[in-house]
Amino acid sequence: VDLVDRDVAAGVLQRALSRGGDFAELFCEARHGFGLSIDESRVEMPQSGSERGAGIRVIDGEVTRFAHVDGLAEEDLLRAADGLASALSGEAAEPVELRATAPPELQEIEVEPESVPAERKAEVLRELDERARSAGSEVAQASASYSEGRRRVAVFNSDGLQASDDRTRVRLGVQVVARRDGAVETGFETLGEHRGFELLEGDPARIADQAARKAITLLGADPAPAGEMTVVVGKGFGGVLFHEMTGHGLEADAVQKGASVYAKRMGEKVAEPLLNAYDDGTMAHEWGTGAIDDEGTPSQKTAVIQDGRLTSYLYDGLRARRDATESTGNGRRASFRDLPIPRMTNTYIEPGDADPEEIIAEVDRGFYAVSFGGGQVEPATGDFVFGVSEGYLIEGGRVTSPCRGATLIGNCLQALARIDAVGSDFQMKTGFCGKAGQTAPVGTGQGHVRIRGMTVGGTVT
Amino acid sequence: VSPGGLEDLARRAAEAATSAGAGEAEAWCEGGRSREVRVHGGEVESLTEASGRGIGIRAWIGTRSGYAYGTDLSDAGLDELAEAAAGAARVADEDESAAAPEPSGSAAEIPALHDQGVASTETAEVIELAKRVERAALDRDQRVTAVEEVVYVDEESSAAIATSRGVSGEFAASISYAFLQAMATQDSEVQTGLGFGVARSPRDLDPDRIGAEAGDESSSMLGATKPESRSCPVVLSDRVAASFAGFVGGALSADDVQRGRSPFADRLGDEVASAELRLADDGTDPGGLASAPFDGEGTPRGRTPLLGDGRLLAYLHDSYTARRGGARSTGNAARASYRSPPSVSPSNLMIEPGDLDLAGLLERAGEGVYITEVAGLHSGVNPVTGRYSVGATGRAIRGGRLAEPLREFTIAGDLLSTLAGVQAVGSEARWVPFGGSVHSAPILVGEMAIGGS
Repeated sequence: VDLVDRDVAAGVLQRALSRGGDFAELFCEARHGFGLSIDESRVEMPQSGSERGAGIRVIDGEVTRFAHVDGLAEEDLLRAADGLASALSGEAAEPVELRATAPPELQEIEVEPESVPAERKAEVLRELDERARSAGSEVAQASASYSEGRRRVAVFNSDGLQASDDRTRVRLGVQVVARRDGAVETGFETLGEHRGFELLEGDPARIADQAARKAITLLGADPAPAGEMTVVVGKGFGGVLFHEMTGHGLEADAVQKGASVYAKRMGEKVAEPLLNAYDDGTMAHEWGTGAIDDEGTPSQKTAVIQDGRLTSYLYDGLRARRDATESTGNGRRASFRDLPIPRMTNTYIEPGDADPEEIIAEVDRGFYAVSFGGGQVEPATGDFVFGVSEGYLIEGGRVTSPCRGATLIGNCLQALARIDAVGSDFQMKTGFCGKAGQTAPVGTGQGHVRIRGMTVGGTVT
Repeated sequence: VSPGGLEDLARRAAEAATSAGAGEAEAWCEGGRSREVRVHGGEVESLTEASGRGIGIRAWIGTRSGYAYGTDLSDAGLDELAEAAAGAARVADEDESAAAPEPSGSAAEIPALHDQGVASTETAEVIELAKRVERAALDRDQRVTAVEEVVYVDEESSAAIATSRGVSGEFAASISYAFLQAMATQDSEVQTGLGFGVARSPRDLDPDRIGAEAGDESSSMLGATKPESRSCPVVLSDRVAASFAGFVGGALSADDVQRGRSPFADRLGDEVASAELRLADDGTDPGGLASAPFDGEGTPRGRTPLLGDGRLLAYLHDSYTARRGGARSTGNAARASYRSPPSVSPSNLMIEPGDLDLAGLLERAGEGVYITEVAGLHSGVNPVTGRYSVGATGRAIRGGRLAEPLREFTIAGDLLSTLAGVQAVGSEARWVPFGGSVHSAPILVGEMAIGGS
């Protein structure tokens, strides 16, 4: 069922431009979510939520006017459109007639999560809980959560665009607390995709084993070293490093304000020739995948670094118009309550030809960051920081003792230029990226990557 | 929404839930309007005006509980929501401590939560305010070359609660804030600085001060270098101290304590901090943004001393943790919005100011580092173990004075050692919206690990 009728949408766009403006857009959304958690072996606080609403924007010159309303009632949409128009005083502009383009291919959802009884979801959590608790006598606590979300969106604009998407995502997370002799450590693992409940076929509880193993391993950990050394970053969520240190700096809003160290570097060599990287919103079933972005632009695969050279920024419609180029399908918004801004989808370093074991074997003294708790970057200065959730020392080409409490810090351009090996292995992981108060599901990925010279912030100096 | 309108809605929603099979029910309803202005280069980039309202229902069936929220406030919508909440409760396991909150005394009286200044200030005026913030940053120093964006937001909102046990109430509040990131440039180097201001009305914001803070911080960072790794005295700026206070306040949630996921578990009454650091939670201070007559369960907000004489004085409770721990709710059931059920969280954290001004703290530190900014808090802080390692920027302290700027280093340690190492709290306190809502002052810590070159 359509979220709004095409004639209603056309009427809203016409009213939005009734006193001038270069561009008008109606973004409609219906979202539904369900989640529950287990803690202390007890299934807790199942929760569901449903919302529908619309965001309308009018762009006049460089000024964007935006209004959003709860619900999709025609009179509310028209009132919001009139409110936006009332701030202008020009001649009415006529929207191009809406034309539905061939709908882009949606991700196949085999089992709608909403069709699965909640009790089945509770059972998955009980499995995770049991698996975590049986992973070792050191496991003191386990907690896990299940969440599903479905977003149906429809976009209409005054250029005649009409497009829609239907996105279903399912995610599990598990946290384990291990204790031994007064030491406490935690381990965390996730499983998530743009996919239906079939994601949890097979053995989803394996992530409980993984989380427990992390926590137990860390019990024997020494405090992390502090200082500059070679760092090998693990596959999968290690890709958050590239997300932070390069991806954010390629988002065109930061670039156009000069608030990115990658501004004015298009075509320049920013890394060794062995580095190739992409943002790809079309990857089958990945966390950041969608058929279209939240402006109706079809998702695409964008090469951002080719043979070490910077080849593209990430654009939404507004910033693409400013640079007289095309949107790269990166105009995303957290909900109808937010304006679209350039955001990554799934960002990854393409697998290279190095054997992951060799990458480590060539390091005499270094740090092996297997996984991160997350990271943060200031695109304007390029300074970044990552919290390491699982890390080890590398001594004499071998991975030796685990370390706790490590942080990696550095500067984007330096660290990117120092990548001297990219592994042939590859994995994608899920993440939530925050920017300008908006949270977006993003995929990150890579194989093992080695960086010559990075600051590890620990407590041992 | 007319006064009392939300409370009626909440009552109808709670009734719908009991009709849908819930033994007990609670409904939390919110409504409001907001506007946001973003300014860059002296021009308006975007202007947002919005209104919305929604409702969340907690339902209990025996000792099982569930939650549902939605924005369809028609009778049919409320019925559907009530069914969803009751249905969710049926999936939960039994929990003997789960029950609807009881009425518990009269709501706190807090003057001036809702300032008419938001409604009476035209959008053109707040646009001018945002532009003035930007100009103030640029005028501060020639090397301040741009402001990434000035964001101005204000909001008027109301919230109401009703439960099947007779808890009910409604209140209105307003908020107005502005922040910006300034960029200073010298040769090819760029540094950034943050400025912010927060109040109940735009009339109480000082655009010149907000802009100046960002401008000064960005230009003062030019030429920053990486410090050597070492352990040394550290002065945390009021902003960084607020983040630390937020870390402490979060770990004092009785929910985490009872589940054994806090470094403060089983430490009530113990010596856990330096006597120099006194910290309280106060949900009734008129200046605090988290202040309200009652919390997210209708329990009156209050004041709870947390750290004093070096000891751990209390945990923060909602009705669930209070029942479970044989304590009284401290009125710390927080609602991020109607979209999530309440959970235990600090309201306003109050760091009690000390005697020394910033210059005095620096002098006492002698040789060390003044930390102006930390990054990576969400990944670098482990609330279970209390260990942290975060990115930092700041200034060297040499001979008791601020010296060269420093960047690209980490500070690391564990929370309890850091609390024990507090040597003095500064006398200059202000409200800081980081780490929650914190009335914060600079803090001198005797020793902290710096990770640099």
